[in-house]
Amino acid sequence: MSEQQPFMKNLSYRGAFSLVFKRDLTIALRHKDDIFNPLLFFIIVVTLFPLGIGPEPNTLARIAPGIIWVAALLSTLLSLDRLFKSDHADGSLEQLLLSPHPLFIIVLAKIVAHWCLTGLPLILVAPLLAVLLHLDENSYSALMLTLLIGTPILSFLGAIGVALTVGIKKGGVLLSLLVLPLYIPVLIFATSAIDAASMNLPYNGQLAIIGALFVGSISLAPFAVSAALKVSTN
Amino acid sequence: MWKWLHPYANPEISYHFTGKLLPWLTKLSFLLLGTGIVWALLFAPADYQQGNSFRIFYLHVPAAMLSMGIYVGMAIAALSSLVWQIKLADASAAAMAPVGAAFTAIALITGAAWGKPTWGTWWIWDARLTSELILLFLYLGVIALHNAFEDKALAGKAAGILSLVGAINIPIIKYSVEWWNTLHQGSTVSKLGAPSMATEMYWPFLLCLFGFVSLVAWIICLRFRTEIITRNAMRPWVKTLVCQPETK
Repeated sequence: MSEQQPFMKNLSYRGAFSLVFKRDLTIALRHKDDIFNPLLFFIIVVTLFPLGIGPEPNTLARIAPGIIWVAALLSTLLSLDRLFKSDHADGSLEQLLLSPHPLFIIVLAKIVAHWCLTGLPLILVAPLLAVLLHLDENSYSALMLTLLIGTPILSFLGAIGVALTVGIKKGGVLLSLLVLPLYIPVLIFATSAIDAASMNLPYNGQLAIIGALFVGSISLAPFAVSAALKVSTN
Repeated sequence: MWKWLHPYANPEISYHFTGKLLPWLTKLSFLLLGTGIVWALLFAPADYQQGNSFRIFYLHVPAAMLSMGIYVGMAIAALSSLVWQIKLADASAAAMAPVGAAFTAIALITGAAWGKPTWGTWWIWDARLTSELILLFLYLGVIALHNAFEDKALAGKAAGILSLVGAINIPIIKYSVEWWNTLHQGSTVSKLGAPSMATEMYWPFLLCLFGFVSLVAWIICLRFRTEIITRNAMRPWVKTLVCQPETK
């Protein structure tokens, strides 16, 4: 431990970030279910809609943005549990909180890792689902762009909810109650951007608002998460 | 400068202070609401377009303003509890949350009842209606988080963080009618000095508004006292208070 001390102290912010980031990625890659189950959930929810509503291509194309985005919200919600729960259970979360590095960096690394494991796969599989739902060809770029900017917001805002509920035994339902209202603005602007794109209208405005939400959440949410983690671990 | 404020951080002193406030708030709210509502519903002139259906305005607008105002109050209490570690601020935030949720629900329900005769629909996914609905969800989330923790101090902090995060919604509701030009009309009453409505309609509105403000203050004071008592149940002053018979 005494040999580790100088090393830990000299660790730069970037070093601390990449250490936590790699740790989370390694843990996730050893439990591949954690990555695939939310993705599978996303695909299954999307396939339920054509079965429930009927296979009419025009109807499906009209509601496709909403379906894909709502399914993305729900699958992100399901995967959020992993963010802090297991670390809290085995005590490593408290060790992270005790480390000399700013909590902002550690939390940021954990959330970015979470997005790489849940947001990125969603984005990669989304075009396939868009084909299944007969989405307009014009809207593909809008769909991909909104998902690319929007899913990190979901991870960041969701992290606040997880950090608040991590100490509670049955936090699952509560988590969705806390987080889903915060997700509504992203949903509104993302789907309206895709709708605008399908009508060949410019959607820069909606994209700019999602971008603003993204920048705001990336810079402010880690503070809220750090405060909430301190409350939860007490 | 702020020294006069310090004694009120003591639960016992706050308890007795709010106890002295209560009867005044009761009288004030009954007086203002009584005259305001009678004036508004019976004597104020009817709207030239909407007829008598506009009278729900006197209930809807104060409720909507208070739903946002209480949230701001709750967020300020949460901030002061997180920053200055004032325990009573937690108690006051816990006291405000259900009242705010009730007023948000009143604003939504009266809005729906007003929307039916004037817009022809109970509900529309307009920016202001949607953001007010989100406000209701935020209130319910805060209340749920309060109830989820056994330890009230932890619950207060957690719910405080959530209410601060949700405070971003308040300016969105406030300016939604200006940013998005949708069905809900712009504000008519909050323009200071020059309200865009007739004076004989404006006075009963002011009475109703302040009547509701004092009613809310009364309910919050009552709930705040209960919160203080339950949180300090093990303290000697509470025990003597409960044991001695009511002398008043």
